[in-house]
Amino acid sequence: MIWVNDIIQGILLGGLYALFACGLSLMFGVMKVINLAHGDLAVVAAYVALGVIALTHIPGVWSFVLVVPIMAVGGYFLQRTLIQASLERGTITTLLVTFGLSIVIETVLLQFLSANSHGIPDGSFGTASFSIGSQISIGWLDLIILVVAVTVLLVLQFYLSRSRNGRLIRAVADDREAAQLAGADYRHIFGIAAAIALGTVALAGVAYFGMYSQFDPTIGTGQLLLYAFEVVVIGGLGSLWGTLAGGIVLGVVQQIGAQIGGAAHPDYQFLAGQLVFLAVLVVLPQGLTGIRRTA
Amino acid sequence: MTAVPSAGALPPLLEVAGLTAHHGQLRALDGVSLQVRAGDVYAIIGANGAGKSTLLRTIAGLHRPTAGSVRLDGEDVTGRRAERRLAAGIALVPEGRRLFPSLTVEENLLVGASYARPGPWSVERVYELFGWMRDRRRQPASQLSGGEQQAVALGRALVANPRVLLLDELSLGLAPVVVHRIYGMLPDLLSTGVTVLLVEQDVSQALRVASRIHCLLEGRTTLEGTPDGLTADSIEGAYFGLAAVPESAHEGLGVDPA
Repeated sequence: MIWVNDIIQGILLGGLYALFACGLSLMFGVMKVINLAHGDLAVVAAYVALGVIALTHIPGVWSFVLVVPIMAVGGYFLQRTLIQASLERGTITTLLVTFGLSIVIETVLLQFLSANSHGIPDGSFGTASFSIGSQISIGWLDLIILVVAVTVLLVLQFYLSRSRNGRLIRAVADDREAAQLAGADYRHIFGIAAAIALGTVALAGVAYFGMYSQFDPTIGTGQLLLYAFEVVVIGGLGSLWGTLAGGIVLGVVQQIGAQIGGAAHPDYQFLAGQLVFLAVLVVLPQGLTGIRRTA
Repeated sequence: MTAVPSAGALPPLLEVAGLTAHHGQLRALDGVSLQVRAGDVYAIIGANGAGKSTLLRTIAGLHRPTAGSVRLDGEDVTGRRAERRLAAGIALVPEGRRLFPSLTVEENLLVGASYARPGPWSVERVYELFGWMRDRRRQPASQLSGGEQQAVALGRALVANPRVLLLDELSLGLAPVVVHRIYGMLPDLLSTGVTVLLVEQDVSQALRVASRIHCLLEGRTTLEGTPDGLTADSIEGAYFGLAAVPESAHEGLGVDPA
């Protein structure tokens, strides 16, 4: 029964991982930008949440209502300024610039907000749970986060496939110049995609640092960015359902690793995820659902 | 616009003046000027590398000129980006079709209609023009044949309701019968009031459909006029340059050197 519990907890965590990774996948798919600051942006969202809670006194679990739009607007402007400027100087420049951005974010946070760990307070609701049998206990908030994550992925999928702007995002991803000829300002479309990416990463950040982990300025690159890469690689690029599958695989594997390691080897949780990640790279480089593209 | 149009008095719909453009160090266009009047089918001919595609891309706003101007209906659009020129009424069907491969046929057309001007063309109207397209609208554009893709590319530009339609090498890589069929659509397009500026390597094809011919050689204008006013010899001379025409080049030019 312990293993069943691990798998259930892994699935609950996996939805959040998928939500966290979908922005990374979207920015790569649309702009061909590998955003190395992705993890730090989740940490920024968590600090913004602390600020929002301090200023407005709204309950921690509801802070996302303000944090997500703030981060989305920030994402639009980040894309239109820094990332767009680096895009025009070539793909390798975007890698260097987002790497630099990651370092700047960490350093600024350390300088002004110290290296102390924080958590987003989620009140009594954070620990409320229900039990199935004697060994399986499911937190209400964990379950809600999974439902929210899957819903967000569903809405995003629907938006990309059905809406006018979603269609333009896919068109720009296919052929930027042809989209320009159709009247689309690709810079603006890129901005929309970046806004979605940062909105989702903010939601994931608030949920993750509310429920699962404390945060400090360095956890973004040290932990989250790696998770996001693992999810995207395991699931396969360019598919939101692949991202969900990748997130759940990573979540379950990490839980099983933690179970095997026990209290003596807490690092087994991360090791297990990374071993699966490497195994997928070797055996199934296009990921679980990715289509092997012929150039 | 209540004045009775008299051909001579109307300003040209599209006016290109002294257009010079570079690809790096290479001067691809050298002071090209042309005037396209409403209702024209204006054909640019010339050999490979004559600057034909660069001319269309510069008019469409994809390539920044180093000198010269592009005016649409008297309004200077030289400084505008490509996406703003579509709103002004210039649409380009680019060389190689450039459909969005992961989008369906219908989605390609819908993207074309996203920033459309008001006008007679709609996705529905395109389906009427190309009967097969409606049945295959859910197919990915990448699964179509070359000729079908060219039709979708044409439809994608038409649904924006352009005033001037720029067609870059419609015939490229297509079977002659398909080329013939696509050019056969031109009267249908013209009847809806769209003006056409096209680039064509196949001179005989250009002569068949055009109301004006403009020949480029190494980025410069070597000939301009109406098809009836030009002799095969003058076209041939302009196409290859005035110096000796290589014997073998007579074939494939499509002009009977009578």
